[in-house]
Amino acid sequence: MLETLSDRLQSALSDVRSRGKLTEEDVAKAMRQVRLALLEADVNFQVVKEFTAAVGERARGGEVLDALNPGQQVVKLVGEELTALMGGSARDIAFAPRPPTIVLMAGLQGSGKTTACAKLARHLREEHGRDVALAACDTYRPAAVDQLVKVGSAAGAAVYEQGTDPDPVEIAAWAVDRARAEERDVLIVDTSGRLHVDRELMEELARIRKRVKPHDVLLVVDAMTGQDAVNVAEAFSDAAEFDGVVLTKLDGDARGGAALSVKAVTGKPILYASTGEKLEAFERFHPDRMAQRILGMGDMMTLIEKAEREFDEEQAAELERKIRKQQFTLDDFLAQMKQVRRMGPLSGLLKMLPGVSGLGLGDLKVDDRDLDRLQAIITSMTPEERAHPEILNGSRRRRIARGSGTTVQAVNQLVKQFGQMQKVMRQLQQGKMPSLSQLAGGR
Amino acid sequence: MARTWRELFVAGDDRAELAEPEPEEQRRGFFARLRDNMAKSRQALGAELQASVFQTLDDDAWERLEETLIYADVGAPTTAAIVQRLETEAGSGGLAGGEALTGRLCELLADAARGGDDTIDLRARPAVVLVTGVNGTGKTTTIGKIAWHLRNELGLSVVLGAADTFRAAAVEQLAAWGERAGAEVVRAAEGADPGAVAYDAVEVARSRTRDVAIIDTAGRLHTQEHLMEELAKVRRVIDRQLPGAPHETLLTIDATTGQNGLRQALLFKQAVDVTGIVLTKLDGTAKGGIALAIAQELGVPVKLIGIGEGLEDLRPFDPDDFARALLGVSGG
Repeated sequence: MLETLSDRLQSALSDVRSRGKLTEEDVAKAMRQVRLALLEADVNFQVVKEFTAAVGERARGGEVLDALNPGQQVVKLVGEELTALMGGSARDIAFAPRPPTIVLMAGLQGSGKTTACAKLARHLREEHGRDVALAACDTYRPAAVDQLVKVGSAAGAAVYEQGTDPDPVEIAAWAVDRARAEERDVLIVDTSGRLHVDRELMEELARIRKRVKPHDVLLVVDAMTGQDAVNVAEAFSDAAEFDGVVLTKLDGDARGGAALSVKAVTGKPILYASTGEKLEAFERFHPDRMAQRILGMGDMMTLIEKAEREFDEEQAAELERKIRKQQFTLDDFLAQMKQVRRMGPLSGLLKMLPGVSGLGLGDLKVDDRDLDRLQAIITSMTPEERAHPEILNGSRRRRIARGSGTTVQAVNQLVKQFGQMQKVMRQLQQGKMPSLSQLAGGR
Repeated sequence: MARTWRELFVAGDDRAELAEPEPEEQRRGFFARLRDNMAKSRQALGAELQASVFQTLDDDAWERLEETLIYADVGAPTTAAIVQRLETEAGSGGLAGGEALTGRLCELLADAARGGDDTIDLRARPAVVLVTGVNGTGKTTTIGKIAWHLRNELGLSVVLGAADTFRAAAVEQLAAWGERAGAEVVRAAEGADPGAVAYDAVEVARSRTRDVAIIDTAGRLHTQEHLMEELAKVRRVIDRQLPGAPHETLLTIDATTGQNGLRQALLFKQAVDVTGIVLTKLDGTAKGGIALAIAQELGVPVKLIGIGEGLEDLRPFDPDDFARALLGVSGG
């Protein structure tokens, strides 16, 4: 749908490298792109303003100026700052020393509160082995109690309900007593969805809070919320003094900038994210992934970081020297392959590339086992064979095939491919452009 | 433009004449209330817009205006287009003074919000309305309110089809609304095929000569391809049962939705040929500017707005009122 921020910054800053200096104007240009990307992701415009000012400041510093690729560096910088702004790795709810731990769930109508209650119940049961009960205090929306009974029991939680006639505050208090009597570990209290302008319902929430004294109050926020997220967060902050946020509907294609706005304005961390229709589609929140999502760039950041971490500069220089002198051996090939593979399975790496996951390439054939086999073949060779593959005769090849658990054909293919690779390197060295079929290994 | 129920619904039935015209007072009341809420919101420009912002037409003024629209979720591209247009017109000297500029801005916004035919044609018998949307946007509630208005303001008989067979207790929720609105509800067990329920509902409306059948569907994220395919199938089933139906396909969009609303509208339009938007939950502090972006970029008009939780809190959409509320300016 949209260009990724990465692409935009690349094109905005493409000419910087040749000039080798980032001007005031370049930074402003980059920040305009960042601003647009954040606004498209529904980050609150006030937050955007302050954020771009802060990042712009850093972008004028040395780490970007001296980089070979200022565009990518700015993206990295923005990602870092976003992650920092979104808070560190999130906590689970805090369990009370004396159970039951009481969790109050609040949120706007339609944000996914009732479902989130059941999902949280399941999470606490499955991940923490807690015995969880749910209190049905949404007496306002028709059939909300029925819904909680259904999803609650599907999640393996007890559901305490008294229909829709009693005062929700009384139901909540009764549920707390019952949870205590039945020695439950956790009681999750579902409340009515409300439009925050409705003072009456906000007051009801405040009364429930006062009465049951929850250990954690969680605000449920729809990831698709726009600029209004800040108003929502502030209103709920006043009425319920929430402690953390549950972000729902993250399985859509919303960028989820609302999450950032809520965190920035209230300072409250996002604890959980709901990512699908199924009860188990619920997980602890990952600020870094959210940052990437807001920037619309897949897991590019992780990819960059991984490359940075795994890439040894000295090794790279040595490799370059070998290629120049045409001394690239199977050992070097093996080392290269290992370096790439340290970044994770190839199929996974592919998914991190922006745009790829959206292309429906989910079942694209990238078989890591092919690489396993290549590795096995090379490690079955003697050092001499690896340095001089031309000495590989028939009997050596049969031995290698047996040693690596592959076939002679597989060994032949590897040797052939390696030969072509060396040829391509020689051509590159001589300044010739190798043909595509040569690059593809001539298969 | 459709401003009253009888202007919105093309009922093609003289029974509609029996309905009392809506009191003017009541209709004005809401937007006054909406404006009040918005005025309270920190960012509303309102009087300031007329008084000071346009006094000096410098970059700050235009930026301030841009921020107001962005803050209303109008989105960057539509905002840029509108502000640029106004800036050009102001530059050519055609508009003098804050009042003229504000008036022109309202016009531009209202124009952008108009997206083709904004009436709902119910002349077919039975007329079939399919209601779709993302989870939690207020589909079922909207259906309850439409049914109530059709019965009470236009005197039409209504059948509701509970084709949301996925969400726990959705059928019960629709049944509760049916009771309040005085409409019969065609239902099946939870987990039943939604196409079959839609088929039955249209069949019931037909055999019992009811005027309108409204089909509720399960909320679904527009990114769930198999669920969108299921929805397209429901539409095909209805068409097979009654060629030409559904006569109206509504998409509910939550007014608090941000830029993702555009994607929602696009994908629903592709799947079931949406003919109108219902902008729900407009009584909060959210201004629903995404509807403007949808009308502008996809040409799908807003037909109804939801402004509260009561049965009577569903109203025909009025672009001029909407534009003024978006800016928080009074008058009109």
